[in-house]
Amino acid sequence: MIRQSRGFLSSLVVPILSIIFGFVFGAILMLLFGYNPVVAYDAMISGVFGSQYFLGEALRQATSLTFTGLGFALAYKAGFFNIGVSGQALAGWVSAIWVALAFPELPQLVLLPLSILAGTLVGALWASIAGTLRAFFGTSEVIVTIMLNYTALQLTNFIIRDILSETGNSTESVGENASLSLQWLTDLTQGSRLNAGLFIAIAVVILYWIFITRTTAGFEIRAVGLNSFASTYAGMSAKKNIILSMFLSGALAGLGGAIHGLGTFGNIFTQTGLPSIGFDGISVALLGLGNPIGIFFSSILFGVLNVGAAFMPNRAGVPDEMASIVTAAIIFFIGANYIIRYFIEKRASRDQSPTTATRGGEE
Amino acid sequence: MTKKLRNLFAIGTSALLLAACGQDAGDSTGGSGESAGGDTEETTDEFSLGMVTDEGGVDDRSFNQSAWEGMQAWAEEAGFSDDAVNYYQSDDPSQFVQNLNTAVQDGYDIIYGVGFQLADAVTDVASQNPDQHFGIVDAVVEADNVVSLNFEDNQAAYLAGVAAANTTQTDKVGFIGGVAGPVIDKFEAGFVEGVESVDPNIEIDIQYAESFSDAAIGQQIAAGMYSSGADIIYHASGAVGNGVFTEATNRMESGSENQLWVIGVDRDQAELGEWEEGNLTLTSTLKQVGTAIQLATERAREEGFPGGENIIYGLEDDGVGITEGNMPEEAWTAVEEARQAIIDGEIEVPVAPAE
Repeated sequence: MIRQSRGFLSSLVVPILSIIFGFVFGAILMLLFGYNPVVAYDAMISGVFGSQYFLGEALRQATSLTFTGLGFALAYKAGFFNIGVSGQALAGWVSAIWVALAFPELPQLVLLPLSILAGTLVGALWASIAGTLRAFFGTSEVIVTIMLNYTALQLTNFIIRDILSETGNSTESVGENASLSLQWLTDLTQGSRLNAGLFIAIAVVILYWIFITRTTAGFEIRAVGLNSFASTYAGMSAKKNIILSMFLSGALAGLGGAIHGLGTFGNIFTQTGLPSIGFDGISVALLGLGNPIGIFFSSILFGVLNVGAAFMPNRAGVPDEMASIVTAAIIFFIGANYIIRYFIEKRASRDQSPTTATRGGEE
Repeated sequence: MTKKLRNLFAIGTSALLLAACGQDAGDSTGGSGESAGGDTEETTDEFSLGMVTDEGGVDDRSFNQSAWEGMQAWAEEAGFSDDAVNYYQSDDPSQFVQNLNTAVQDGYDIIYGVGFQLADAVTDVASQNPDQHFGIVDAVVEADNVVSLNFEDNQAAYLAGVAAANTTQTDKVGFIGGVAGPVIDKFEAGFVEGVESVDPNIEIDIQYAESFSDAAIGQQIAAGMYSSGADIIYHASGAVGNGVFTEATNRMESGSENQLWVIGVDRDQAELGEWEEGNLTLTSTLKQVGTAIQLATERAREEGFPGGENIIYGLEDDGVGITEGNMPEEAWTAVEEARQAIIDGEIEVPVAPAE
């Protein structure tokens, strides 16, 4: 659905418009309830950009969102709705921590990649369950991934409670040799939790782009997404591509979870709900229109919004709920614009078809 | 007889005290009773408090709300403006550290982290800001600039168990926990022990929601419990409990065979039990997070910050308690007896469920 042939500029218009509409809608709402939107947005923006610490925190959040966003986008390219990004990220998180805690003696050069790899792999396998069921039995990946989210949540809490921790609430912190934190980044951002994950995210954005546009496997995934019947007819295996796209989608989500765990927290604790990086990742992927660079920048926007919204209650007197509504309005307009775009495209293709028909008739 | 009267009086005053904490307006005579003469010579030195909620949010009608109401009551009593107290809401665990740092930047005399989930975050931020004073509720953080406030919830939960066992008609009761762990373990252990102390044959259905915020799950679990014959549910699950009340109210309003009850947690949840023909909140166990915060704050102002201390509140000092609610008379009598027995040390309530 996301055509790259459409000009670069016109594809940029939709997300930017939805961001503007979101902010305007939020401002109108704040005015209606008697709050000053200028003060509120100022608190948000100067809160984040006024200190290296909060800018670092925003980028830290953007790092995790980039992975989950890319994960969702990849499955979406193949025509699947991977709602299970949260669960896969959680599976990645707990596995990475588990491995890091299990081999505390290994040198950093071995342990860190090993932990991240474990997270990636477990996330991938978790998503493959839904992919395999879809490929062989035609079950809806939406329902299966939603259910697997809860399975992942309960299983993770069980692992933390009964295997990984002494106290029952949270695990020990992983050692220095499994930590992603970089001293110079921490110092630069006045002690924020921004970590090496940011560079991994940038690398993965580039790799993702190469994979989708320059490799046969990437082409096949896109082809299956555009028309699975045509691609089967062309000799591609639909089954293989369904499983592969879910596997890779889960791998990215699991990688995100591993980096979220090793970078942001350094441990894992009993979860009271699915990690929000999963669902925010879906919004990020939609705002980025499936383009890896777009996803990276929308992750940053979401990071800024999330961190900045926390300043609105205490520095601008806008209640928490209002801050959430503004963020939600932006997400809403992304979704709405998506629908609008869909209709515009549909109309455009309808307008085209009669003309070709008449031309054919004239001949 | 006189002893009983005295108990009654003690509980009555504690209920009054609670009522004073619960209302944001109204006279502050009840609440100041415990805060050791904090009414004099205020308003001269400004003192401010910040709190960071856990995921339940400040309007969870339970734990966080109790803390926030206590802080507001404190500000009013001390004669400070509303600006002296502030809260920071966390929607996700990754925001704990962030919110604590925002609070540090905004500048408060003491910043309270409400809930055991914040223990790691408070530990980290406290070590980075050695000059800032912090408080943690429901966990112990060992640092010179952190005061830990803990509660013997197992004692109050025991009384809830006694109340439930003396009220149930179906000989089956339910317990819904938020997220399993040391804190909720105390509630479960106390409740089970309390029920069994009255009648070991009563069946207890124990389930966990794995959430402190998802009311839908609470409603779902409650539906299952009521359908399978339980008539009383005690919840220790923050905002999840709102769903339990919803389910019970729906069932009563559509004509349930049994009289269904819910036992509230942390603050008097009687208002949640209102339905067309009555109130189905049997009782609520009280956890005076607000009072604890007030006491710790007053101590900090008068004698200096009690850093590094772990202050434990129990039945004895009304840090935890139970409301009379809609308990039948014999249940209330049994609860009072058990209460006294715990205070006297005749009953030792376990802190973790038997394996």
